[in-house]
Amino acid sequence: MRSGVEGSLSGDIFEDHALTLAELSRLCSVDRTTIVEFVEEGVLSVIEINSTEWRFPGAALRRVRTAMRLQRDLEINLPGVALALELLEELDRLRGVVESGGR
Amino acid sequence: MDFKDYYQVMGVARDATEAQIKQAYRRLARKYHPDVSKEKDAEARFKELGEAYEVLKSAEKRAAYDQLGTGPRPGESFKPPPDWGAGFEFSGGGPHADAGGGADYSDFFETLFGGAAGARRGSRRAFDEGRGEDHHAKVLLDLDATLQGGARQLTLRLPEIDAEGRLVTRERTLNVQVPKGILPGQTIRLAGQGSAAPPGGTPGDLFIEVEFEPHALYRVEGRDLYLELPVAPWEAALGASVQTPTPGGSVDLKIPAGSRAGTKLRLKSRGIPAKNPGDLYVVLQIALPPADDDESRNAYRAMAKAMPFNPRAAMGVNP
Repeated sequence: MRSGVEGSLSGDIFEDHALTLAELSRLCSVDRTTIVEFVEEGVLSVIEINSTEWRFPGAALRRVRTAMRLQRDLEINLPGVALALELLEELDRLRGVVESGGR
Repeated sequence: MDFKDYYQVMGVARDATEAQIKQAYRRLARKYHPDVSKEKDAEARFKELGEAYEVLKSAEKRAAYDQLGTGPRPGESFKPPPDWGAGFEFSGGGPHADAGGGADYSDFFETLFGGAAGARRGSRRAFDEGRGEDHHAKVLLDLDATLQGGARQLTLRLPEIDAEGRLVTRERTLNVQVPKGILPGQTIRLAGQGSAAPPGGTPGDLFIEVEFEPHALYRVEGRDLYLELPVAPWEAALGASVQTPTPGGSVDLKIPAGSRAGTKLRLKSRGIPAKNPGDLYVVLQIALPPADDDESRNAYRAMAKAMPFNPRAAMGVNP
């Protein structure tokens, strides 16, 4: 078991990279049909590239993980998850505005 | 071991119906879901709620739990009776693994209903047999970390299965180079820092989601920063050059004559760094000088006399 402070690690910003359907499926531990459903229901968007394969923004990882938790914990269906995610994003933005305005 | 009053956790009476319990769960789950809630203790509350629901929604677990009565008095420690569980057969797993980011049961639950480490291990679907599991964590960084980049010591709490198959939380302190220009909600990936590699395979990655602590001066919106800058009425009215803080040090900022409260001045590329860096928006606030001596009160009176001004003219009322 590791302990103490571990040496200097450098990472990259994950969101800077585009993901293939296979990568996203593996990273989220869900099968590809689930991801395809997420796209069809508007939970996720695909970056359009001149290719036959779908590419996702790196931010899709977090979105899929959040969507799956909402779906499972609150038993929301996919259109509901898409709506919840949109509203949460808007709420986040507005909270930022309110916090700064309150100073 | 502490006794858990699951009825109290869910805010229902001991004779609540199944429907009432489900309703209470739904309502509280929406309130405390860590992805939705901004309450400080949301994660702990949600976990407790999941555990309570797990027991109360199952007729068999609830009946067994009810036999315990209302638990010991406050301060007394709880021990299950020797005949605990006789005649009951508990089926199914426990609360959702990874529910909102953490999934361990209380000792109370585990003593009564057993752990679900086995189920949890089994539920880990083999999407890539040759790879260790990825780990996910969240950290709160200071804004300077993204403005300047640089090393930060991050302490992460990671759920892990120990040698006996129990879920434990392990603290891990890492020295991480924060990539310059990372935004709130973005993730640092540390390759190979997840679970150890299975035989002949590769280790998993560690994903660290980043949020920022509120900054005393700047508010972050996307890549842009917002700064509220107080100016004196005459600075706004007549124009002035004033010192203003920016992340890279203070600069002289020209306030155009006739500025109003809320006027936004843009300092290009002084936001969060990137190939296309964000901007710094300076939002002007008019600060009112106090009228706390004769001289300043006379100055206000002279101003009132010199310029007839009705700030409520648009409301159709007289001064």
